[in-house]
Amino acid sequence: MPVIWIPALLRDLTGGAEQVRTPGGTLRQALDALEARHPGLHARLITGDQLRPDVAVVVDGLVSPLRVRQPLNEDSEVHFISASSGG
Amino acid sequence: MSADPQDSVQEAAPAYRVIGTRPIRQDGLDKVTGRAVFGADVRLPETLYGAVLRSPHAHARLLSIDTRQAEALPGVKAVVTAADLPAITLEGDWGDNLRYQSQNTLAADKVLYYGHAVAAVAAVSPHIASEALRSIQVVYDPLPAALDVRQAMREDAPILLDTLRTDSLGQRGNQPTNVASHARFERGDLEQGFAQAALVVEREFETATVHPGYIEPQNASAIYQSNGQVTIWCSTQAAFGIRDDVANVLQIPVGQICVIPTEIGGGFGGKNSAYLEPLAALLSKKSGGRPVKMAMNYSEVLAATGPTSASYIHVKVGVDRDGLITAAQATLVYAAGAYPGSPLWGGMPAIFGAYRVDNLRVDGYDVVVNRPRSGSLRAPGAANAVFASETVMDEICEKLGMDVLEFRRLNGVRQGDRRSDGVPLPRIGFHEALQAARQHPHYTAPLGGPHRGRGVACAYWGNHGGKSSATASVHADGSVSLLEGSVDVSGTRTSLAMQLAETLGIPLEAIHPRVADTNAVAYTEGSYGSRTTFATGWVVYELGQKLIALLSERAAILWETSPDQVQFAEGVFSHKGGEKRLAFKELAARLDETGSPLMASVSLAAGGAGPAFAVHLVDVEVDPETGKVQILRYTAVQDAGQAIHPGLVEGQIQGGVAQGIGWALHEGYVYDEAGRLLNANLLDYRLPTCLDVPAIEPVIVEMPNPRHPYGVRGVGEIPIIPPPAAIANAIARAVGVRLTQLPMSPGRVLAARLARDA
Amino acid sequence: MNSKPYAKKVQVQAQINGEPVEFLCEPRQTLLEVLRESLGLTGAKEGCSNGNCGACSVLLDGVLVNACLVLAVEIQDKRVLTIEGLAPREGLHPLQEEFLRQGAVQCGFCTPGMILSAKALLDHNPHPGESEIRRWLAGNLCRCTGYEKIVRAVQAAAERLSQQEAAVEVKP
Repeated sequence: MPVIWIPALLRDLTGGAEQVRTPGGTLRQALDALEARHPGLHARLITGDQLRPDVAVVVDGLVSPLRVRQPLNEDSEVHFISASSGG
Repeated sequence: MSADPQDSVQEAAPAYRVIGTRPIRQDGLDKVTGRAVFGADVRLPETLYGAVLRSPHAHARLLSIDTRQAEALPGVKAVVTAADLPAITLEGDWGDNLRYQSQNTLAADKVLYYGHAVAAVAAVSPHIASEALRSIQVVYDPLPAALDVRQAMREDAPILLDTLRTDSLGQRGNQPTNVASHARFERGDLEQGFAQAALVVEREFETATVHPGYIEPQNASAIYQSNGQVTIWCSTQAAFGIRDDVANVLQIPVGQICVIPTEIGGGFGGKNSAYLEPLAALLSKKSGGRPVKMAMNYSEVLAATGPTSASYIHVKVGVDRDGLITAAQATLVYAAGAYPGSPLWGGMPAIFGAYRVDNLRVDGYDVVVNRPRSGSLRAPGAANAVFASETVMDEICEKLGMDVLEFRRLNGVRQGDRRSDGVPLPRIGFHEALQAARQHPHYTAPLGGPHRGRGVACAYWGNHGGKSSATASVHADGSVSLLEGSVDVSGTRTSLAMQLAETLGIPLEAIHPRVADTNAVAYTEGSYGSRTTFATGWVVYELGQKLIALLSERAAILWETSPDQVQFAEGVFSHKGGEKRLAFKELAARLDETGSPLMASVSLAAGGAGPAFAVHLVDVEVDPETGKVQILRYTAVQDAGQAIHPGLVEGQIQGGVAQGIGWALHEGYVYDEAGRLLNANLLDYRLPTCLDVPAIEPVIVEMPNPRHPYGVRGVGEIPIIPPPAAIANAIARAVGVRLTQLPMSPGRVLAARLARDA
Repeated sequence: MNSKPYAKKVQVQAQINGEPVEFLCEPRQTLLEVLRESLGLTGAKEGCSNGNCGACSVLLDGVLVNACLVLAVEIQDKRVLTIEGLAPREGLHPLQEEFLRQGAVQCGFCTPGMILSAKALLDHNPHPGESEIRRWLAGNLCRCTGYEKIVRAVQAAAERLSQQEAAVEVKP
């Protein structure tokens, strides 16, 4: 199952857990499954049907341009980080 | 072989033909002859000249604006205020962002900083335009101002934005506030980590607002035709970003706007977003579609375009007896300026980014203050953060009596270690850079005099990838024109053309690169985030592969065989198992026989930006009488990944270091108590001259980025990060005082010395 | 206010880049504004508009000036050299060639002014040391390069110019 790393400010919703394994063929499916176990996460990360614009998602070390539609593998590692650009 | 897994990876250096050489850049000739067309050099028939009226107050309610006299002035063709901007009705955070962009273009009911735009005019000459500004009557109701973050965070602070509530990753505060957001990285057990420490150093830091300081002021020329089409010529790093900003502020579809990026006289992050462009378009519309040209003067540049955040930073680091870090904690409070959006996203990952820390917490607060809206500046938010952390690390080394590079060898991150935000690091070249610094003669050279010291500082910077596009056409003479979406800030036409020439196996001279306008190429992110040679370079590589595949089909037509019977190597197409061969140029000449011309386009989003690491050494001499710091020698080691054009990489390193030296020693906004900017000119806001900057020796370490076809990492931003810390550490070693404020002006250095001696 | 009379335009005759030039200007217009906006010579750049950045450096009767601090009417009967007039009809001035060769150009905005300051220096002293080069260029701000490659370019151009001179001297 993919492992989702929980941002520090959301860990109050996962009982302090830093990583949560959850099923899901895409990030959206994984987040839906996560929401069932840890209600409230969804509302903190998603606006409308999109990931918050100031959050980027990193899957297996790469920033994903597909965001919530990113396909996940059985051993995928997912991080939510600050969206960045640069100077 | 070493047991160190990092050392066991063997990268065979590929034999490149073009990559790694130092050709003269294609745009050079126009630039040394004065022919290059920068934004303000654009000349259009019937041009009007625009100018902007700006607030003399840091915080005030706008009671009324009377533009009648200005409109009546002969030669004045249009006057605009916020009343001419469309209301933005979109709700939510994104709607708020658009409203902030609109209000920053022209203040609506409040001015939030000295220099905030209030009205704009267009007239037949720039002199009449500035006279017209003087005849606009504005009635202000001044309000108390909050000029720095600690002032703005007080309970009784004046509130800048009535609707602002603190956002903690989706959780909203319920009180009006100036704290726009709170972010956090956390892992391990901080208390336990500090309990294990044999030595804990805890310090507070303050850094000034500084500006990118490009020499060319913002400018824009615009034509708003009666059919709704808008054409904008401007000096920008991000043509598509400007297009989108104008579309948002004027609420028109992006398809109606074409942005033509001109040559750009420096950006460093400061020319990513729009200031004058929507005003020029609006003034053109209001004057019946005549072209309107606008250019800021330098006072406007400093007072009203994005500087980087002033900051307050708290750092606490614990180490055990051997110097191993047991815990690290930091709080970064960044001044966003008038609207949310300070570069915490850059500062928070950078502050402990070079270190392996199991017990870690980093908090960031984005705070609005009555200063211009902050923008990006080269590795946004990182140099001030690393000034704080790297001076603490140096103090730890000093107290432990430990060699500063040995400390970094012991604690420095390696492949597989996790960044502060949790993401594991890919192959990086930090330890190779440390090794190169240790072996450099500078590290052990005698200092040669009193009041001298040597400082070292390191940095991590993540770099950015993202979306890029390019199009290439093959011509009958074997040349290839390359239309790229990336603005060329400092030589990327060359570094991209080199990658295409390498891929196609043809000489660099056969490639004609050109920066495209927003109607000529697909969306491309701006030239920021050290991304262009990496991400657009990847596009160009894929474009080369695509052309080779298409050309193989054409060769197959000529040879009356199937494309899979055609192979390509080193610029030559050949028939498998046969003797037929066509060099790229020969095949290009025969395209006509194959049915049609040939072009290709590629767009992609590059996810695998390679993190950069830098190790800087600096020697300074401190004048004991005046506190003036003279830099004697500077060596900057950096993992550049594969250097496509080493000369351009050196230029980025030298320029970044010089900018960092300015941040360290000279630069900083000075406001009076009422929030008026006192040094809004280049005499009093002092950029380094060639007398302030020593010969800077760049040392390029090349650890190829495994996630790029040619091993490119970003190189442009990281060199600005270490200088303030390295110089502070050198001052500490020279005269025994640790400075905690930027800039480290002679007065501050002297005061710190006198305070210590007293 | 609406009927405010503008000062009468003045006729100015001068020599710019070796050519006789005649133009009308308002007394308040700077040389920089006239070069750029009236004469189409946009090689001189407007940076700070108050003599601190050097991007508008030109030579006035051989003397290095900031064109933003000179009124256009002041050039009556004088010679002005801008970047457009530096190169011979074919090819480049050694300073231009060395700026290219040494990689002394990044964004290129300061380059015309920087090259003209270097020209003024080499006219004054064909064999300057590094510290003299740095002193002469200290009035020209560059935010991109850190100055290192610019200094090297001026050194290399000085060397080439003196070699050329030597070659001319040995000719009978």
